[in-house]
Amino acid sequence: MLLDVSQSTLPADPVALGTALEATGYLPDEGLATAAYLALVMHRPLFLEGEAGVGKTALARALAEVTGRPLYRLQCYEGLEASHALYDWDFGRQLLHLRAAEAAHAAGDPAELEAGLYDRRFLLARPLLQALEDSPSVLLVDEVDRADDEFEAFLLEVLSDFTISIPELGTVRAETPPLVVLTSNRTREVHDALKRRCLYHWLEHPDFEREVAILRRRLPDVTDALARQVARATAELRGLDLLKPPGVAEAMDWASALHALGARELDPDTAARTLGAVLKYREDTDRVHALTRGALFGGG
Amino acid sequence: MAADHRTAGNGTRDVVTTVLGFARTLRHAGVAASPARVEAMLAAAAHLDVLDPTAVYWAGRLTLCGSPDDLDRYDAAFAAYFGGEAPRPRRSTGAEQPRVVRTAPLGTGEGSEDGGEPSDLATRASGEEVLRHRDVAELTVAEREELRRLFALLVPAAPMRASRRRSPSQHGSIHRARTVRRALRDGGEVTRLEHHRARPRPRRVVLLIDVSGSMSPYADALLRFAHAAVRARPASTEVFTFGTRLTRVTRELRLRDPDRALAASGSAIPDWSGGTRIGEVLKAFLDRWGQRGTARGAVVVVCSDGWERGGAELLAEQMARLHRLAHAVVWVNPHKGRSGYEPLTAGMVAALPSVDHFVAGHSLAAFEQLAGVIERTPGSSSLARSRRASPRGRTTGGTS
Repeated sequence: MLLDVSQSTLPADPVALGTALEATGYLPDEGLATAAYLALVMHRPLFLEGEAGVGKTALARALAEVTGRPLYRLQCYEGLEASHALYDWDFGRQLLHLRAAEAAHAAGDPAELEAGLYDRRFLLARPLLQALEDSPSVLLVDEVDRADDEFEAFLLEVLSDFTISIPELGTVRAETPPLVVLTSNRTREVHDALKRRCLYHWLEHPDFEREVAILRRRLPDVTDALARQVARATAELRGLDLLKPPGVAEAMDWASALHALGARELDPDTAARTLGAVLKYREDTDRVHALTRGALFGGG
Repeated sequence: MAADHRTAGNGTRDVVTTVLGFARTLRHAGVAASPARVEAMLAAAAHLDVLDPTAVYWAGRLTLCGSPDDLDRYDAAFAAYFGGEAPRPRRSTGAEQPRVVRTAPLGTGEGSEDGGEPSDLATRASGEEVLRHRDVAELTVAEREELRRLFALLVPAAPMRASRRRSPSQHGSIHRARTVRRALRDGGEVTRLEHHRARPRPRRVVLLIDVSGSMSPYADALLRFAHAAVRARPASTEVFTFGTRLTRVTRELRLRDPDRALAASGSAIPDWSGGTRIGEVLKAFLDRWGQRGTARGAVVVVCSDGWERGGAELLAEQMARLHRLAHAVVWVNPHKGRSGYEPLTAGMVAALPSVDHFVAGHSLAAFEQLAGVIERTPGSSSLARSRRASPRGRTTGGTS
């Protein structure tokens, strides 16, 4: 049932996918739409790199919505192990099962008892296995650069043929390979072997018009004038050579912060008070305060 | 020859030849477009309109490139091969920070110079001992040749840190999976608890090597030291050179043979024996690599004499930033090995407050000492603690 829904909604070309994404509130540019389209039809993972806050994670959510597939997210961190990413056995229940079996009839067939222990119902599926079992799905492997290289190795194994073999149970294979989105903030170089299996896309900050459109779309209550001013000021902040240039996410935070304060326009005073929504380093805040006594956030 | 392919034909064969030719051009431009990637580009193109230049552009860019560094080269190669402009949306990276150069077609400055034959080494043992303590700037060609051999024997050990990954152990927290698996073997009776504990992992070491004019007598030795470090721990060592710009040479230094590795990195460095703008370059390093993760929790070793042409305030500011990110900051100054040396240059004065270990780096013995400092370096925080406890100076390493 799920299958034919997804087949029928598979967009015909990048433009169609772009339009469908726009309908969900995610506004991709041509390159990103092509990348997502190819990932979908070629069954190749999409490797997204770019500054923090340019919308890498949001794309996976939007794609799940467009394709009507469930989204499984795996947040990476150092020391991430197979038992957190693939599957784990529910040891507590296994022991209980064993005790219960013992209590029921003291001497059962040991082999049968053991086979009963490694039943699917004692298996805890983690995101990678869930994504394969619930196919077709969208799998988001977030911030893969945070995981260590040991993890990369077995991620590679899963992504190359979309199967997971569980020694006690057998092999789980996805009927339709999941749409995989990997994101990285480039805190370290991800291994070439992994990148080679993926489509690589570098996400840029959106241009002015697109950013205004995104703000208007995501925050419908914000006035057009405020959205334009926030987009312009954010673009200027990006040109200031800051420690952490603000991304789209920060621009959205800022606009909604301003809106929450009841501002209909960006004036120097409210801008200064809400700067914490866009700038996340004290040095950056000091710098902007010193540089722009009103010049940046003035009128129009 | 590019003109022949300009009109991408309708037949599959034409597409294949065009793509293969383009991949060749791209490889010349320095993008590693491997056959597997080219195959992926063909598959991608099959899903798109091959007569639309924009579609071809994206099909290639998404499959053939692997890092942001590839993108500019890809654009140039695309424009050269298909004619016209790459249909790429503006890159709005904004800040015109010094670009990191990985390969530049400049001639080798050093490393390829041919020394004379090694002299007769009859008195090798005692000779080696003397050589180990000699300032590398004052060596003859033959002596330098001999020292290179000794450098190859240097194996800097990596500092370790606890990782989040665990391995079986006698002590530590209980490993449920193994405990239960064992219990199941024993008929469901937990007879013994299995433990596991954090496994140590090598801590990242980042070497920033000054290759400007004033450091040129030491650049060869420093790069050899860097090569030894990269060879010992390829995955956790990063090497950058700087003068007026920053160059990552880690890849070049991974070549096994020291002379080939040095020649390769020599040709990758565009600013040999030029001036130094340490502050600016350090900022480029931190913006592009350091803050993202390369410097986080790492032992960062800056090898420079501190002759700063730019402003000392910028250097002080960036060193403080580096110090906040890194586990420990080591500064290697070859001049420190000279008797009567005082860190008086503006750059050194600006940098020292953010340096945990200030060491010499002028002779092989000093490099051995440096390897020891890197291996056993306590973090800035624990160092601060010990400094408070005992009035010991912060500088480590000898003045021989």
